[in-house]
Amino acid sequence: MSPVTPPAIDMPTTGPHWPGSKPLAVHPAVPVRDPAFVSRVFWLGLALVLLWPLGVATEFRLWVLWEPDNRKVTADFVRSFWPLVHDAEFLQMLARETWRTVAMATAGVTLALALAIPLSLLATRVLSLSALSGRMDRGPAALRWCVRAVLVVLRSIPELIWALVFVRVVGLGPTAGVLAIALTYGGMLGKVYAEILESGESHATQSLMRNGSGRLQAFVYALLPSHAAELASYTVYRWECAIRSSVVLGFVGAGGLGQQLDNAMKMFNGGEVGTVLLVFIALVALADRVSAWLRKALA
Amino acid sequence: MKPLQQPFPRQAANLPYKLPPPLFDARCRACWFTAALGVLVVASFATLGLDWQAFVSMDALRSMGRFVAEFFPPDLSPAFVRKVAWASWETLAMSALGTAMAAVLGLALAVPASRLSPQDPAWLRRPTRWLLNALRAIPELVWAALLLISAGLGPMAGTLALALHTSGVLGRLFAEAMENVPTGPAAALRAQGVGPLRVFAYATLPQVLPQLMSYALYRWENNIRAAAVLGVVGAGGLGQLLSFHMGLFHMNKTATLLAAMLLMVACVDALSFAARRWMTR
Amino acid sequence: MNLDLKALEARHPAALPSAAPALRALNLQLAAGEQIAVIGPSGAGKTTLLQVLACAQPPTQGVLKLGGLDPWRLPVRALRRLRGQLFLAPQVPPLPPRQRVVTSVLAGRLPAMGLWASLRSLFYPSDIPAAYEALAHFDLGDKLFERVDRLSGGERQRVGLARALLAPASLWLIDEPLSALDPVRARMAMTALVDLARERQTTLVATLHQVDMALAHFPRIVGLRNGQLVFDLPAEQVSPEHLAHLYAQHAHALRGEALPLPRDEVAPAAPAPVVMHCR
Repeated sequence: MSPVTPPAIDMPTTGPHWPGSKPLAVHPAVPVRDPAFVSRVFWLGLALVLLWPLGVATEFRLWVLWEPDNRKVTADFVRSFWPLVHDAEFLQMLARETWRTVAMATAGVTLALALAIPLSLLATRVLSLSALSGRMDRGPAALRWCVRAVLVVLRSIPELIWALVFVRVVGLGPTAGVLAIALTYGGMLGKVYAEILESGESHATQSLMRNGSGRLQAFVYALLPSHAAELASYTVYRWECAIRSSVVLGFVGAGGLGQQLDNAMKMFNGGEVGTVLLVFIALVALADRVSAWLRKALA
Repeated sequence: MKPLQQPFPRQAANLPYKLPPPLFDARCRACWFTAALGVLVVASFATLGLDWQAFVSMDALRSMGRFVAEFFPPDLSPAFVRKVAWASWETLAMSALGTAMAAVLGLALAVPASRLSPQDPAWLRRPTRWLLNALRAIPELVWAALLLISAGLGPMAGTLALALHTSGVLGRLFAEAMENVPTGPAAALRAQGVGPLRVFAYATLPQVLPQLMSYALYRWENNIRAAAVLGVVGAGGLGQLLSFHMGLFHMNKTATLLAAMLLMVACVDALSFAARRWMTR
Repeated sequence: MNLDLKALEARHPAALPSAAPALRALNLQLAAGEQIAVIGPSGAGKTTLLQVLACAQPPTQGVLKLGGLDPWRLPVRALRRLRGQLFLAPQVPPLPPRQRVVTSVLAGRLPAMGLWASLRSLFYPSDIPAAYEALAHFDLGDKLFERVDRLSGGERQRVGLARALLAPASLWLIDEPLSALDPVRARMAMTALVDLARERQTTLVATLHQVDMALAHFPRIVGLRNGQLVFDLPAEQVSPEHLAHLYAQHAHALRGEALPLPRDEVAPAAPAPVVMHCR
């Protein structure tokens, strides 16, 4: 309680010296070593040790970028960006392809909704009738677990892989892209919808179900109104992501801006690449703005 | 109750001011939104010219059935499994190294991109935010395709592509996290006349570091999926093997590769979740 | 450091222009090494006074001189040097939650440390014995390597006070040092602060709600009410009538009843940004 009293033995003094301060003698229990230092050094060392094999596995040799041939190729490519291609025909074609990209994303997300809504209703635990009286029965729990597993698998496979597969089934064109987006985003939307429905209060839903209403009725009358804003907001956000995805899918033949970019890069036509990139960045920025505005309006 | 003797009543069942509002009201913004949404969806389906026949007809379903059957049995020969294992390790390394580099670069860019105190003039805020938006607007695949020109084929282009794209994403998230941190500790240090770098190191960073690492780990989950597909343009890893074998219609090898991809994604998801839980204990 | 305030007027930073100023026509002179306690009902402007003295907020009118210098007329570097010579301990301890106590306490010495030394001290604390000593004055020596968020409210407040002991300051501005402490610890902390300030000849300005503590430990008491100076007397001359006049209609404050912390300081941090990823 009282400040440290100096021991009787004459001990070396430490501590700050201020004008007029009495030098306090060092109490034998004063710690001088930082106990966390060893573990910090260990973790730092571990991180550094792990970096080496990672660098080897990825053939990470940054200096390769500065090799004379690579530098020349890069410089030539960057120089070919200017002047940007801006003739009317090309820009008209880009406008058409931009619309196709947006259309692909919209159609994909619409089909994804058709997939996600039923699956999320099946997967959410809030609409379980057996859980109203304590624990959920085994059968319904297993069903929900299976549906969740399906959703997780759907969302784990990148849409590019789906697109690669579908291109071989339905041929080149936007159909493959729309189906790929529909499956992947169906999984994503379904999983997040199920989580959103489970978050928050389920009192209203449960009262309706306890009083004998059907599950779908309880959903429409109780769950949906309370979560509609969040669900809609997330869907709008996903639509914006889908626009980015559909550009990526263009690289495997699904059409749209991505295909134009792929063609331009294969021909090393820097001017076209630059224009398409700029149009793409503008499109993403616009979609970002629209999505943020819609989400604010929904909140 | 008197039985109904009179003919049907001539008045409306509800008095006019008790009628429910009309379904579409020209003054209601939500109605216009919904209408515009409907038009967008219908126009998308109409203009794309989707080939439903190719998907829904009996013929198509049968050929799809045959196509799916070719996937089984997956090729599990030791030589191929070894190749797949090495490619998986390459993909994992690409995602881990790319995310780590992105975290460092993102932090470096987030500092000028955030307004750390009300008195901070933050001259560089707008240009840095523009740079971060440009970095994150371009998808990883496009970055990879661009970087292949300078870096050549192989996983390095993929790592750099992941690093550049993710640094845009993480930079913006980090900047927002740093702007939302409670200002008490930083204000107290600034009142003592401590310079901005030290205020950042002693007050802002300790408060925000767990959240930054959580974002980076969450982003790793996304990057493992991205790394798996970057190979399609030639950036190495599972994607390169996948596009190679799919091009040659080796469907059972493709099945093994897809299974390996799912396994990697599940592992990284689990690792990332566990790490995030361990950090916020 | 000596202080000189003449006809000082200051507004609360978030106040509307039409609102009454937080400090009005304040005249106060302190010699170097003097210790005063500022008392008054809530809303009297005590915190604003400390903020103005700490050069965290410019006064709207009047003269403010610290050590004979007007801080708001100084060039940037000189102002920074002046800031290094003062120490402000806010009511809510400004400690990052996941930082360790040793680093938080040593942060008080930052104005005196070079850049490289400060950064190195983050990895290995540069002066553990000094931090231990500062904490030992407030009976917290055993908490040296604990995380701040694992301490109780009173312990955190004492850590905030311990920081003052390491600061190279000749002016200590302490806002409500005893609000979260029990009577025994409050007495210990007050004694430690006052004794050390006297030893080091630092000027000490503390705002207090506990009037009995103020009268017991400080030689000079300043009473504020509605931003105006009501009295400025040696402690022996402060009579119950003075106090009743100061706390009129604020009897609960005079009785020393615990007051809720100001709401803006305990408001939760802004909601975390919505984590939206394209995955």
